Amino acid sequence: MKTEDMLKALTEAPGISGAEDDVAHLLRNYFARLADEATIDKFQNVIGVKKGRTSGGKVMMAAHIDQIGFLVKTFDKGGFIRLAAVGGHDPRVLPGQSVVIYGKEQVRGIIGTTPPHLQKPGDTAKITSLDDLYVDTGLDEITLKSKVQVGDPVLFDNVCTELQGGLYAGAAMDNRAGVLVLLETLKILEKMRHDWDVYMVGTVQEEVGTRGAAMTAYEIAPDVGIAIDVTFGDFPGIPERDTAKLGKGGAVAIGPNFHPALTEKLMELAQEWEVPFQKEFIPRPGGTDAVSMQIAARGVPMVQVSIPLRYMHTTVETLDLKDIKRAARLLALFAAQLEQTHREVLG
Amino acid sequence: MIHILEKYSKAFGVSGHEEDIRRRIEESVRDHVDSLSTDFMGNLYAHKPCGRKNAPHLLLVAHMDEVGLLINGVESNGMLRFVLVGGVDPRLLVSKRVILGKERVPGVIGAKPIHLQSRDEWKSPIPLSGLYIDIGASDEKEAAAKVPPGTAGTFHTFFEAQEDVVFGKAFDDRAGCALITELLMTEEDESYPVDITAVFTVQEEVGLRGASLLAERVRPDFVIAFEGTTAGDVPRDDYASPSTEMRKGPAISFMDRTAIGSPRLIEHLKKTAEKNKIPFQMKKTVSGGTDIGVIHTKGGIPSVVVSVPVRYIHAPRGILAVEDYKNTIRLAKAALMNFKEVL
Amino acid sequence: MKALLKKVVETFGPSGREDAIRQLLLDEIKPYVDRTFIDNMGNLHAVKEGKGARVMVAAHMDEIGFVVTHIDEKGFLRISPVGGVAPVRCLYQRVLLENGARGVVGVESVKNPNDIDFSKLYVDIGARDEKEARKLAQEGLFGAFLNEMTEMNGLITAKSLDDRVGCVIAVEAARQLKKSPNEIHFVFTVQEEVGLRGAIAAAYNIEPDLGIALDVTGTGDTPDAPKMPMKLREGVAVKIKDNSLLVPRRVKDFFMRVAEKNKIIYQPEILTFGGTDAGAINLSRSGVLAGCLSIPTRYIHSVSETASLSDIEEAIKLLVKILESDVKKELED
Repeated sequence: MKTEDMLKALTEAPGISGAEDDVAHLLRNYFARLADEATIDKFQNVIGVKKGRTSGGKVMMAAHIDQIGFLVKTFDKGGFIRLAAVGGHDPRVLPGQSVVIYGKEQVRGIIGTTPPHLQKPGDTAKITSLDDLYVDTGLDEITLKSKVQVGDPVLFDNVCTELQGGLYAGAAMDNRAGVLVLLETLKILEKMRHDWDVYMVGTVQEEVGTRGAAMTAYEIAPDVGIAIDVTFGDFPGIPERDTAKLGKGGAVAIGPNFHPALTEKLMELAQEWEVPFQKEFIPRPGGTDAVSMQIAARGVPMVQVSIPLRYMHTTVETLDLKDIKRAARLLALFAAQLEQTHREVLG
Repeated sequence: MIHILEKYSKAFGVSGHEEDIRRRIEESVRDHVDSLSTDFMGNLYAHKPCGRKNAPHLLLVAHMDEVGLLINGVESNGMLRFVLVGGVDPRLLVSKRVILGKERVPGVIGAKPIHLQSRDEWKSPIPLSGLYIDIGASDEKEAAAKVPPGTAGTFHTFFEAQEDVVFGKAFDDRAGCALITELLMTEEDESYPVDITAVFTVQEEVGLRGASLLAERVRPDFVIAFEGTTAGDVPRDDYASPSTEMRKGPAISFMDRTAIGSPRLIEHLKKTAEKNKIPFQMKKTVSGGTDIGVIHTKGGIPSVVVSVPVRYIHAPRGILAVEDYKNTIRLAKAALMNFKEVL
Repeated sequence: MKALLKKVVETFGPSGREDAIRQLLLDEIKPYVDRTFIDNMGNLHAVKEGKGARVMVAAHMDEIGFVVTHIDEKGFLRISPVGGVAPVRCLYQRVLLENGARGVVGVESVKNPNDIDFSKLYVDIGARDEKEARKLAQEGLFGAFLNEMTEMNGLITAKSLDDRVGCVIAVEAARQLKKSPNEIHFVFTVQEEVGLRGAIAAAYNIEPDLGIALDVTGTGDTPDAPKMPMKLREGVAVKIKDNSLLVPRRVKDFFMRVAEKNKIIYQPEILTFGGTDAGAINLSRSGVLAGCLSIPTRYIHSVSETASLSDIEEAIKLLVKILESDVKKELED
């Protein structure tokens, strides 16, 4: 299982929040090969368990498997479709996108645009809201309705593209990048000794409020939690302090959502083993699975590692594969000695 | 009596960095409770059981953390960039002193002299992106060595008494922490007829985070939160509710953004106040929230908030009337002593 | 059903002050269930015992309203909203306070109607001065709007169809339910309008296998309405999505399957704002399968919420058929 191939398969598998079935099954199959147990729960959360030597504790690593998208909301006369957003979309990236409607069968469509020739002066300064955008499948109303129903998922047509220097671009890198970190971590753990049981969880519905993480953290009740997500990659025009650099390793989160001493241990470990990493300051809890995991049931001490990602929530989200491998290496090292770390820090 | 408030107000404790204030509270309450414990987030639990079987279990809660700022970058000239922690009006920042990190490094937030500003610049507030903290460092290296990114800071203000009021920072919610401390300091011959778990919580100002663990960890029958809350008895142009007024006694909340007060508990507090001739007021706004919001829905736990009016919360310095503080202690103490009237 | 609905919508019960409506619903549902109780949060539970799946049916009995925050020196009550109350929709409405006092909502003079917010509104209770006002009302009293239910061509118009219509559907379903293998908890929840709080507490205690909320939903069938598929008179709406919940496919499919089998008229619901008790149930503990049956309703959160009697009838039928089925089996993947 080559890392590049898994990235391509994971990002191209559909998995809109609330209907993650396809990507969930793909991930379960990967887990089945790399872990001791692999299950899918009633909400499509995917859980892979790799038993430790002592099973003296549980660590839960979570990466969300869902992606933003749309649902078919209404039909307009002439066979056009109006969309309801699932997750946060920038309306400016929508016009002209190719989409796939997952109805009784897959139906291709385009988010319609007005050619310059038909625009009024000043139109180029305006932003069309989602309510005024529509999907054109080219089909007549009757044919369309025989294939598509209200509530069917609509996703961007997605192809994972390799750029120069080991960079990859596509939709749903947020957060299949994190899911890939889970898998790469498992690969490394196969060759390492670890005491604690490792729960790898592909969580659902993160993009609509970190719901899958809340449910699974309550169910598993781990001793330590690790959220793995993406963070804003460097980009001209954004202050450097607000971003992480592509190719410089995973970004370790610092802030009230994360356990300071565990986080410190993670960074010490990175330095000791010369795994490149960066720091990310998050002054207010929110934005990733960590926010609900930390306060699930009696609470879970958290750390978080994020993969730098440019152009988040677009169809060309771009990352460096090196960062995924480095994050995985760091997390495997961390998991392998958690029994000792936990005793020192929280015991 | 006011020395506990003074001790707590002076403590450092921006959300997520509550070590100093926690240590001070531990020191003050240790001799007055059966046991103390903390959890992984840093909430401090003080247990004071009454020794009677089937006594109701009360959770008294106040948050230790205060609003502040977090350093997130250092410029090449040694100036520090920062973001806010909790709800701070950015317009308050300019021309203030701050202290940063465990070493309490002093710094100032300056601004371009008025002489060099254009007329237009005067008219709009300075955005956060236009503000820097100057610690006197000559370059990036020197500044980062002293105050690395990730360091928390708070306003550098002094505690002072003047006639019947005190000035200080973070009365939201060090006033609540001090009140609970005073309640725990019972005389030898007095004892509450209830089991008390007092919890001094972390991270309230960034979303009621610490308190989110309490329903599961404490499993109380009732909750009372103690707050330092907005006093709005100050000059205002339009008609506006004063929320609470200074020198009018403890404020009881019937509702806020996160919870509706239990009518039983509100009634109990009112009756207790009337019986003991303690002045009180109803809080006259419903904005803001408290830790109760994330506690009371876990199965349904009757809750109420009692507050000391404070002018200028979430600002460098607030004002609190000593008589309000004392009356809040009297009311809460009496309400706990006769708690069986609630049952 | 219509007579019950009239009684239920016209009963007082803003969030946090549900005593009167709770008593009424208790009296109405008691004959049809095995036991009833009120929990610490104030939710009313009516339970039909069974050995199968534990199903929580939630309808919130609270309504939007206001609370008196201050009494001004002229004797007018100043108020803050309880739940999502739009200030302009309050203008000149008649109101009732929990102590029985009546009043009307007035507004300070404003140049631009868009400037109206709660700081400019007041309740006039006919007091001559502050002293008299303080005798008639106190800070902390809760209030609600007054309006009578009326009928127009098969539609009904009333205050607080949100969500008294859900309460009536629950009572009617309990009455009509013949045989069910399930353990059914009809829960009339409190404080939905201020953050689904009653349902959070109830679901936490019940730990159901399935949650079903009954509530109102917006429509796209009025002039220049938001683009939404729901229409009056096109049947009960089976929720697919709102801001609090993405209904799991197996739940939505189950509801639609039952509707089709029993020839019950239904429509899909995609609501682009808001949430219901089902969202709270869904997130309880380690997650609960949950869905929602909705009544398409125009002018939600006004005193003239308008819905179709035929849609309500379809909702009752569908709920009964859902509850009569073997929920455990139906929810298997």
